[in-house]
Amino acid sequence: MTVQAPWALLAELTHGCPLRCGYCSNPVELIGRSRELAAGQWSDVFRQAADLGVVQTHLSGGEPLLRRDLSRIVAAADGSGLYTQLVTSGVGLSERRTAVLADAGLRSVQLSVQHADPRASERIAGARSFAAKERAARLIRASGLPFGLNIVLHRANLDALDDLIALGLSWGADRIELAHTQFHGWALGNRAALLPTREQVERARVSVARWRELLDGSMELVWVAPDWVDVTAKPCMGGWGAVSLTVAPDGTVLPCPAAAALPDLDPPNVREHPLAWIWRESKTFNAYRGESWMPDPCRSCALRTTDHGGCRCQAHALTGDAGRTDPACRHAPDHHLVRDLVQGPRDEPAYTYRKGGT
Amino acid sequence: MTWRPALSRGVVLRHDRVRDTDLLLLPERVVVLRGSAGPVVRLCDGTRAVGDIVAELGERYPGAPVAGEVPGFLAALRKEGWLI
Repeated sequence: MTVQAPWALLAELTHGCPLRCGYCSNPVELIGRSRELAAGQWSDVFRQAADLGVVQTHLSGGEPLLRRDLSRIVAAADGSGLYTQLVTSGVGLSERRTAVLADAGLRSVQLSVQHADPRASERIAGARSFAAKERAARLIRASGLPFGLNIVLHRANLDALDDLIALGLSWGADRIELAHTQFHGWALGNRAALLPTREQVERARVSVARWRELLDGSMELVWVAPDWVDVTAKPCMGGWGAVSLTVAPDGTVLPCPAAAALPDLDPPNVREHPLAWIWRESKTFNAYRGESWMPDPCRSCALRTTDHGGCRCQAHALTGDAGRTDPACRHAPDHHLVRDLVQGPRDEPAYTYRKGGT
Repeated sequence: MTWRPALSRGVVLRHDRVRDTDLLLLPERVVVLRGSAGPVVRLCDGTRAVGDIVAELGERYPGAPVAGEVPGFLAALRKEGWLI
């Protein structure tokens, strides 16, 4: 099988974070700060990634601003020819830091926001953070860098969607990504508090359509579909080992940030193997690449070329077998698992906050 | 005022040596510039008016439908927000 070159690299610079969101995309087993790659090692990763065909990198975490050497890391990525985007909670961004990062070659910033109401936002994040986000938004806007907001949607903020979009407008965002919670890792443990009702999702969908008409392209609204409610498998990562790769803080390389939870994957590390070998040859990256791994009904389904069989981490989280059809899909033999949960009871938010990674 | 096309802030034109093609890199997006789209965008440096770009390309590609196609292409990129 010909292996296509990857386009994007998610660089998890640290798993440390001042926020403790109950849907964090980091693995439940967080990597401690003492095991993080040094800036020089990241520099080598970016050079190898660029040689492999990567053109964009998302500098993420945890909270990447916790890295004191972040501007060196940005400069190394830019120097390798990668387009750099900072993915941040905004906590720790100062005017000086913004200027230093822009000078180092930072091209754009994506800021997370949890809710338009400060108290609700901080309840979701499990930390005082709203004032810092407001300030970060002002600094990013003033810097002239392209400015995106990232909002993870769930039961406790879907009804505030109009306020959230209005907040993005008042903060001067160029783009808002509305991403429904993905239910594996931390979010699976908080499923009863996070899972929205169908009615909430449908109201939000109508609202987004109305805003798009109103905005007429002046601000981009991206809607990342709720796979459980839509009973449609998501085209996770554009396919396993197809478009993107994730490098964890300790140098472990994964096809997606959640894949650390899969057993027997034995993910390779940049400290031990060249990135090109990891991408093309490693067992990890070939495990679910293409279509030959697919079980029925995927292997004969017309959807397989668009959804690539859905999410392996979700299949594992719900069935214990990462090789099964994603249970979010209405055609999956295990779809009843998702259906029962969507139809089942909800709890009032009492999150199990993220902990560890220090 | 005469429009002198230039790339918007945050939009980067880059030659992809692995895929041997020109790309526009944006936040969350990569646009593959096929055919002579790359050389056209490369002339958008804020100093040339659309007429200058058409004239330069006309000299470089004699017989190509430059005058008919390039202004519309540039306008489409401006509408996307990639050119200012």
